[in-house]
Amino acid sequence: MQWRTTFRGLAKSAVAVLITVLIGGFLSATLLRFAPGYGVDESELDTRLSNSSIQAIRQANGDQENILVFYAHYLGRMARGDLGMSRTLQQPVAQLLRERLPETLKSLGLGLLVGWTLGLSLALAVALSRRWFVDTFASLSAGVLLCVPAAVLALLFVLARAPGRLVLGLIIFPKVFRYSRSLLLRSAALPHVLTARAKGLSQLRVLLWHILPPAKPQLLALFGVSVSLALAAAIPVEVLCDLPGIGQLAWKAALGRDLYLLVNLTMLVTLVTLVANSASNFARHSLGTNAP
Amino acid sequence: MKWARRLAIGFLLLVAITCCVPSLFWKFDYARQFRDLPDAQPSQQHWLGTDDLGRDRFARLLYGTRVSLLLAPAAALLASSLAALIGGTAGFLGGWVEGAVMACTDLFLSLPWLFLLITVRALLPLNVSPLTSVIITFALLGCLGWAAAARVVCADARLLRHSDFILLARASGSGGWRLLLRHLLPNILPVLGAQFWVSIPLFILTEANLGILGLGVAEPMPSWGSLLRELESYSSLSSNPWQFVPLVLFILVVSSFHLVITNREIPT
Repeated sequence: MQWRTTFRGLAKSAVAVLITVLIGGFLSATLLRFAPGYGVDESELDTRLSNSSIQAIRQANGDQENILVFYAHYLGRMARGDLGMSRTLQQPVAQLLRERLPETLKSLGLGLLVGWTLGLSLALAVALSRRWFVDTFASLSAGVLLCVPAAVLALLFVLARAPGRLVLGLIIFPKVFRYSRSLLLRSAALPHVLTARAKGLSQLRVLLWHILPPAKPQLLALFGVSVSLALAAAIPVEVLCDLPGIGQLAWKAALGRDLYLLVNLTMLVTLVTLVANSASNFARHSLGTNAP
Repeated sequence: MKWARRLAIGFLLLVAITCCVPSLFWKFDYARQFRDLPDAQPSQQHWLGTDDLGRDRFARLLYGTRVSLLLAPAAALLASSLAALIGGTAGFLGGWVEGAVMACTDLFLSLPWLFLLITVRALLPLNVSPLTSVIITFALLGCLGWAAAARVVCADARLLRHSDFILLARASGSGGWRLLLRHLLPNILPVLGAQFWVSIPLFILTEANLGILGLGVAEPMPSWGSLLRELESYSSLSSNPWQFVPLVLFILVVSSFHLVITNREIPT
């Protein structure tokens, strides 16, 4: 019975994710279709081209004239694994995504690791040591980083010749620290923790058995949010640090109004965000809690 | 922490007053070019030196701060108004309207904020006049920043819909609009106020990110984004440290907003 409920929950989440991704892709395609300057091909301005060549170029872009036709064609091709051709980069979109996605995933992975390690360990230090200077130092660092735009951090890293991927960690760190600090402090003040301390349990045991478990569901929810944060920050970081990932590609696609590329990227980014959020929600529910 | 909040409010007021009438405090205009003084070092005449076009950096900082400090609250007001309209109506009406509106909100929220903003900004003309670019940038922030606030407002409106005083008002013959404007709106104002204050630093930060990426306010109009973009041209962190003054002021202003919000009683 339990596995059936779990399976139903998983299927429901998967359908919701799929519908949201499809609607997201359609909306972005619609936005682009009605944007000023849409459909104007730079190559049409080449005076050496004959009328028939210009007509051929216009015909080649013809399937993008009607948004519904474009989207229907696009979904049909996607089912066959063909994601279309990028007009600005003159490469198949699937190939571009294959090349760029690992780079972004590497940055995201490192960023999440650094951000969570830094944020959680400082929050634990604050909750366990309860010394004012530890709290002041950590809160000040997080506060300052919270006030610096991701793009400025990336620029400073470029100037300091530091690895750009670490910027994502510094963007995630203040959010993780602030949230987990208040969670852990609240958890550490619970009566059963006081009792455990009074009974002479070691700090490590109190932490692992009594402080962390009540905060676990909320921390899992925060993980989903931090993936979304890191994805958003990946755009300025990859553009300014010259990291050839999805963020940089999204930037180029947005500036070049590259329809196929932008729709695919929108769907991909939405998919990653939704899957991360659904996974953290699912993990939270599996723990048997309904934390906010 | 009352003193910290007071200090933050005092600082914000000082910066706002100075920047609202920059011509009273500084003699140069932000666009005036001293062609014989490009990249000048700080002096008595130019406190922060000049940029590569010979424009006074201090004047640009004053005017740039004015743009961001005046328009971020305006964008926050627009976002909060949209949130009140969309979230409030959905929460009040309930049923399929609420379901549909919340599905749209979820869709909006599932896209990372900066990604969505860059995409929509890139769809609009890039070569526009400076004033139009200011309006486009902040109007976009306001128009796209309503989703998170709408969820909170919707939840609040839903609670109020089932409250006793609304039931009483209904029983005494109050219609839809009267209920909405006289009974619901005043009660969701504290939540809207909190959302408004939370949005301001977020919008300032986002404008700065957009400006650095070249999608914010167009030249020669200064904004924090375009001022911080100058960091791109520096070769090292140690040379010309006065060029980091805009960044220091930016951090101080945004952290002051955070302090004001943190110590404000935000309704739950």
